[in-house]
Amino acid sequence: MYISIKEASREYYLEGKGRITALEKVNLEVGKGEFICLLGPSGCGKSTLLNLIAGFDKPTTGFIKIDGEIVTKPSENRITIFQNYGLLPWRTVLRNVELGLESKKISVKERRRVAEEYIELVGLSAYKNHFPTQLSGGMQQRVALARALAVEPEILLMDEPLGALDAMTRMSMQDEIERLWQENKKTIIFVTHDIEEAVFLADRIVIMTSSPGKVKSVIKVPFARKRNRTGADFLKIRDRVFAEFELKASDEIEYYL
Amino acid sequence: MIKMDLLKKTVKVVISIFVLIGIWELVVLTGRYEQSLLPSPAGVLTGMAELIKDGALLTHFKVSLVRFLIGYLAAVITGITLGLMLGWNKSVWSFIDPVVQVLRPVSPIAWFPFIVLWFGIGDAPAVVTIFIAGFYPILLSTVSGVGNVDTVYLKVADNFGIRQPQLLFKIILPAAFPLIANSLHIALGSAWVFLVAGEMVGAQSGLGFMIIDARNSLRSDLVLAGIIFIGISGLLLDRLIKILESGIKRQWGVSIEVRN
Repeated sequence: MYISIKEASREYYLEGKGRITALEKVNLEVGKGEFICLLGPSGCGKSTLLNLIAGFDKPTTGFIKIDGEIVTKPSENRITIFQNYGLLPWRTVLRNVELGLESKKISVKERRRVAEEYIELVGLSAYKNHFPTQLSGGMQQRVALARALAVEPEILLMDEPLGALDAMTRMSMQDEIERLWQENKKTIIFVTHDIEEAVFLADRIVIMTSSPGKVKSVIKVPFARKRNRTGADFLKIRDRVFAEFELKASDEIEYYL
Repeated sequence: MIKMDLLKKTVKVVISIFVLIGIWELVVLTGRYEQSLLPSPAGVLTGMAELIKDGALLTHFKVSLVRFLIGYLAAVITGITLGLMLGWNKSVWSFIDPVVQVLRPVSPIAWFPFIVLWFGIGDAPAVVTIFIAGFYPILLSTVSGVGNVDTVYLKVADNFGIRQPQLLFKIILPAAFPLIANSLHIALGSAWVFLVAGEMVGAQSGLGFMIIDARNSLRSDLVLAGIIFIGISGLLLDRLIKILESGIKRQWGVSIEVRN
């Protein structure tokens, strides 16, 4: 498998509280080009798991292998996209997208060309000389996407990237992310607490529960793209996810409907 | 609208100045004080004219400004450089921090005996005084600015393979910049305050000396004239750096209220 997570645990030691298990013995295999959603309530360790895959943090026990190599530090091959975008407010859109290209050995001209190409890809060419604070949340996240894609990583790690957006913008950004994923053939691991978002985007949904954070189950979403958010199949999978979280009323009540 | 605001503001400034001068004149007229104890507004005005006309003001002002710029720029460069290094190196800073905390509240004036012993008289004492006054606010703000760089920026840099020294210039310095710019503004004010004090000890020229010189010849009108000039030039410097500060911040694209 492309990404394989074996018995990965992460424990923290908190003063006064003792040892806290943020993540307990996670096993997960992800294939190349797969779209995986990590879904669960806050405190289920989904962001912790993403940080481990990114290499910002190391598991206390177990390991994570990507393409056969154990992850020990961050890499340009897997770029993380954050909820608050992580754009540098003192740089324009263009210079933000160029940031990742600056440590590559390419000419200034080539760097600019690549950056402009990816800004075009996310449809922000008209805004390339704007500063991030002049853009809406959705546009800022597009800039972050362009910046991530520009360094041509194999893997995109998204940590609740749409969490700060309103519902409408959120759905159009979901469409956008799906389009970019299909065009660029990346492996995406996407953290969210929004069930419909997970059903819309994921090939497989990894359901996580809290205290201690662990993987409860994995649900396959076997539908073709682009998915219909109000279709019967869609709602069926959504119901299954609800049931996994025990958020759905028990079956007897359904007879009354 | 903007024109109206400017007009209103100017009217207010003019009124407040005239009221102040009116009260002053009233006190002088009713009190019949000795001219050297409380000079009249008219006397001070002729004093100011005298200082401008015979070129004394310009000469002293130029000397003061050069001393000020040397002391202040030295404080800016060392404050920011040390601040960046110490802010990044938290373990070293934890040793230096207590020393700085003890030294910082000490007025530069308290160092005068040593300053004169070590640096003699002339330009050096004033420059050193200004340096001390400006150094601490800049150092402390830079250290805290570096320490408070949003971790998401550091993660992004780490992710894109940006290492030192690029990290310092591409991420840390600009991220800490709003705090640093603010301290440059504060340091400018306190450095200007201590410029005058510095020139009152060892110097034979400058605005501070001009006041001491006038006192020695019992010209209180010139003392007050000098004080007014110092106030006005301090105000102008403050406005100048305010414009610079907001200009640079705008170019940085930093606006705190929009960031969440």
